[in-house]
Amino acid sequence: MSQRILIVAEHDGTHLNPSTAKCVTCATGIPHGEITVVVCAADSSAVASQAAALQGVARVLAVNHPANAHLLAAALAPQIAAVAGPFTHVFGPSTTFGKDVMPRIAALLDTAQISDIMAVETATRFRRPIYAGNAIVTVEVEAGAKVVGTVRTASFQAAATGGSAPIEQASVNAEIPSHTRFVSVSAAKSDRPDLQTAARVVSGGRALGSAEAFQKTLYGLAAKLGAAVGASRAAVDAGYAQNEMQVGQTGKIIAPELYMAIGISGAIQHLTGIKDARTIVAINKDPEAPIFEVADIGLVGDLFQIVPELERLLG
Amino acid sequence: MKRILVGIKRVVDYNVRIRVKPDASGVITDGVKMSVNPFDEIALEEALRIKERGAAEEIVVATVGPADCQQQLRTCLAMGADRALHVQADGVIEPPVAARALLKLIEREQPFLVILGKQAIDDDNSQTGQMLAALWQRPQATFASKVELDGEKARVTREVDAGLETLEIDLPAVITTDLRLNEPRYVKLPDIMKAKKKPLETLTLGALGVEQRQRLKLTRFEPPPPRQKGVKVKDAAELVAALKSKGIL
Repeated sequence: MSQRILIVAEHDGTHLNPSTAKCVTCATGIPHGEITVVVCAADSSAVASQAAALQGVARVLAVNHPANAHLLAAALAPQIAAVAGPFTHVFGPSTTFGKDVMPRIAALLDTAQISDIMAVETATRFRRPIYAGNAIVTVEVEAGAKVVGTVRTASFQAAATGGSAPIEQASVNAEIPSHTRFVSVSAAKSDRPDLQTAARVVSGGRALGSAEAFQKTLYGLAAKLGAAVGASRAAVDAGYAQNEMQVGQTGKIIAPELYMAIGISGAIQHLTGIKDARTIVAINKDPEAPIFEVADIGLVGDLFQIVPELERLLG
Repeated sequence: MKRILVGIKRVVDYNVRIRVKPDASGVITDGVKMSVNPFDEIALEEALRIKERGAAEEIVVATVGPADCQQQLRTCLAMGADRALHVQADGVIEPPVAARALLKLIEREQPFLVILGKQAIDDDNSQTGQMLAALWQRPQATFASKVELDGEKARVTREVDAGLETLEIDLPAVITTDLRLNEPRYVKLPDIMKAKKKPLETLTLGALGVEQRQRLKLTRFEPPPPRQKGVKVKDAAELVAALKSKGIL
């Protein structure tokens, strides 16, 4: 049986978020699937052409509406539900964007949702982590039901570009509520790579001791490595780092080539966020710290001596 | 009466090391410490603070689940909730069922605000609040780190991947809580005694007219694949050498 998969694009109005390309890769795992990406925007032209260039995408649906200037779940969900009719699957990324909007879509479609899909076994059978990744469950959807799911982006590579899918303008017959209004978004601007997608991440924990020490110790090393900077929940709670830097069960779940955990003891909730990292390096003065159980390379010692030395060796 | 409804879930305590049953049918919960889902404690704490500021008059806490859930509801009453509603149901409660049950409670209680945790730390679904808001056809402000009420509206700051997003929503609405919204209070012994006398009403899904449908079959539980045992190095120079030999530097 052929499957029709609809992917809800995440974007900021001009750039397609890399999470969408990862959803495409997840969707290509569904046998006999045809992939459509829906782009809801005030002016979808730039983002729609980026989606059309993703290999594996058969078609892009462009939905232009002034209410889509900022992607709000309450406004987006009825539009997606209105176009979802012919599709067997509706996927979005398991980012804060997708986590917010997809269950709202699922409820409007009267279906259950599979959160954090990490593997596709068949068109109706998926695997997902539960208990902060301490167990993996296989989930089977009842026959004939629409499958709504969020895709765990750390489990999939981004789809390559070079495709040229047709872009269709869609007009959507949906009532868009005005009860939810965007006010502002404040993001700390930085020249470093984006934490979610960076190939290398340097991350700090409570052992850094202060916001000043966190910056002074880690940012230079991160610059030498071309790495993004992350933090444990303890470091964020202590005010050493901004909330969007948090890595773990309730923060970002990442899959870099290199993850350096510096002064992070390695609570289960933190390890959940880094399980898919290719190589984990741990630097910690406590040889019993749980982070060493998952580290590929462990170094027991004083981070305030090791990190500057490391920076010097990296030239 | 200006009322806030708080949804909570009984979950395996966050300190428990999770083990999968040898027959792959689930995770071991027998004899394991159970607690109020930590994000839901934050939801209740926020509701209590709103009441203490005089912006709400009554805090009602509700859950859907087996008889044992009453322990967690009592904990919430000891924290300061005024009343508890227990929708009794055994077996798997999927988020759409929980959301429908909460919607029925909303119709009864007419709250101006519903607060839930952003996710339960057992199934990590992060769905119930959003589904409830959709079914109720009201605003949702998920992953909240700051809530400011202003008459018929609320301003909610949300923790999103890009940083902090602020929304303005009309009330009534659903808010789900992130970690940094507040730090829940500790329960004091005299409050535990007092909580025993507070009203706790038991209902059933059937009486509410909600069908307990399980639409997702959970066919197999496995432990995550273990990581390969790593190596220890003794200084920064050895670390650089090890990274070079792995082709990372």
